[in-house]
Amino acid sequence: MSLAGHQSPPVFKQGPTPLVRLLVLVSVCLAMLVADLRFRYLEVVRQGLSVATWPLQMAAAAPVDFVRNAAVYFTTLVEVQHDNAELRRSQLDAAQRLLRFEQLERDNAQLRELLQMAPAPGVRSVAAEVLYDAPDPFSRKVILDRGSQHGVAAGMAVVNAQGMIGQVTRAYPVQAEVTLLTDKDQAVPVQVARNGLRGVLFGAGQGRMELRFTLSGVDVLPGDRLETSGLDGIFLAGLPVAEVVSVDHESQTFAVVLCDPVAAVERTTQVLVLGRAEAPPPRPQPQPQSAPLRRTERKG
Amino acid sequence: MQPTHRSSRILQPAKNWFVFLSLFVALGLAYIPTGRLPGVPDWVPLVLAFWCIREPRRVGMGTAFVFGVLVDIGQGAAMGQHALAYVVLAYLATSIARRVLWFPPLQQALHILPMFFLTQLIMVLVRLVAGAEFPGWEYFLSSFTSAALWIPLHFVLLLPQYRPVDRDDNRPI
Repeated sequence: MSLAGHQSPPVFKQGPTPLVRLLVLVSVCLAMLVADLRFRYLEVVRQGLSVATWPLQMAAAAPVDFVRNAAVYFTTLVEVQHDNAELRRSQLDAAQRLLRFEQLERDNAQLRELLQMAPAPGVRSVAAEVLYDAPDPFSRKVILDRGSQHGVAAGMAVVNAQGMIGQVTRAYPVQAEVTLLTDKDQAVPVQVARNGLRGVLFGAGQGRMELRFTLSGVDVLPGDRLETSGLDGIFLAGLPVAEVVSVDHESQTFAVVLCDPVAAVERTTQVLVLGRAEAPPPRPQPQPQSAPLRRTERKG
Repeated sequence: MQPTHRSSRILQPAKNWFVFLSLFVALGLAYIPTGRLPGVPDWVPLVLAFWCIREPRRVGMGTAFVFGVLVDIGQGAAMGQHALAYVVLAYLATSIARRVLWFPPLQQALHILPMFFLTQLIMVLVRLVAGAEFPGWEYFLSSFTSAALWIPLHFVLLLPQYRPVDRDDNRPI
């Protein structure tokens, strides 16, 4: 093997030169980057190799777990009493709402039956705890302590008591990676709770979100609440997501709508992972182009 | 091999298992979830650069590639992001290996610092091109902490090679 920066005489030449090896490996890396970031081909490889690195990762997480548990152990009595009072109050508050909720759900089921509507999709939920921020500094992700063994699957919504905080993007056997709403690549289909106007919410950095592709004349006001529309077939409908902070109609075509998340997206520890209990119905087959034309012909 | 080329002391050759054990320990340290704490040293490129300079015939771009992919998987980063940066680092480190060893550890650290900085710069550029958020300038702090760790690391990783050839029961190391 020859060393970089040192030409060996041809008698001793063994294998390609360092520069050639560098170029080969760099092009392999670039190909991997494109395959992963653009086409997501390498998820299988990642899952497979993550099984091999698993023991080392567990060993590395052990000291952090220890520090976290020690911190919990040494919380003061006053804090616990304070938390306890807070929880009692919120439980009383929730209990009366729960009583009404059960009655409303029964009514809803009966009404849907009377009108012969399909029943609302069932909910599958897993309670989980945020272990730590994902180490990748370029994205806003957290790691949960529940994985595919506990029923967490990629695509499920992650909520806390106030509202939605993110979406599961990778489910490992006993952990899951959640992309927070404020990540630049995260998109959520939402509707304005006041008037049902639909849109797609993207992360905008600095803990903010942006309702993109909203036409500038449209009826969105600061203070409007946004909730999931459920039209994607993945999220449940009606989870609170964000509140509109400012609307800028100055540009000609699209308004700039900035929003703040409802929940404390980056400071939550106890979360609930929510998904649909059954798969959404298959999308309808696209009609052949000629079909609607024929119908109009017949009508005419 | 000497501690530096100016020294007249001859060291024992580095054992293969020790080289790879140290790399795996560095990988384990890189897997410790420190969250968004700025200035956490990059352990893997640090140990990798050390062995690329010390043992360029054993540790090189191939090792850098493998460990880069392992870091990518463990950290949930884009596949190939760390691998690309570490391969370039290994190339640069092997190419300056003969020169750097003439200097004492402090000046070696000054040689290594720009390479660590470049490693991080490559990763930032790759992710920015892919559309990620800029992580802030404090992200680059870790190349400085890594370079500062070069001096203690230089001592620790050379310890096994300092052992004398004939064992003396009265001598601790």
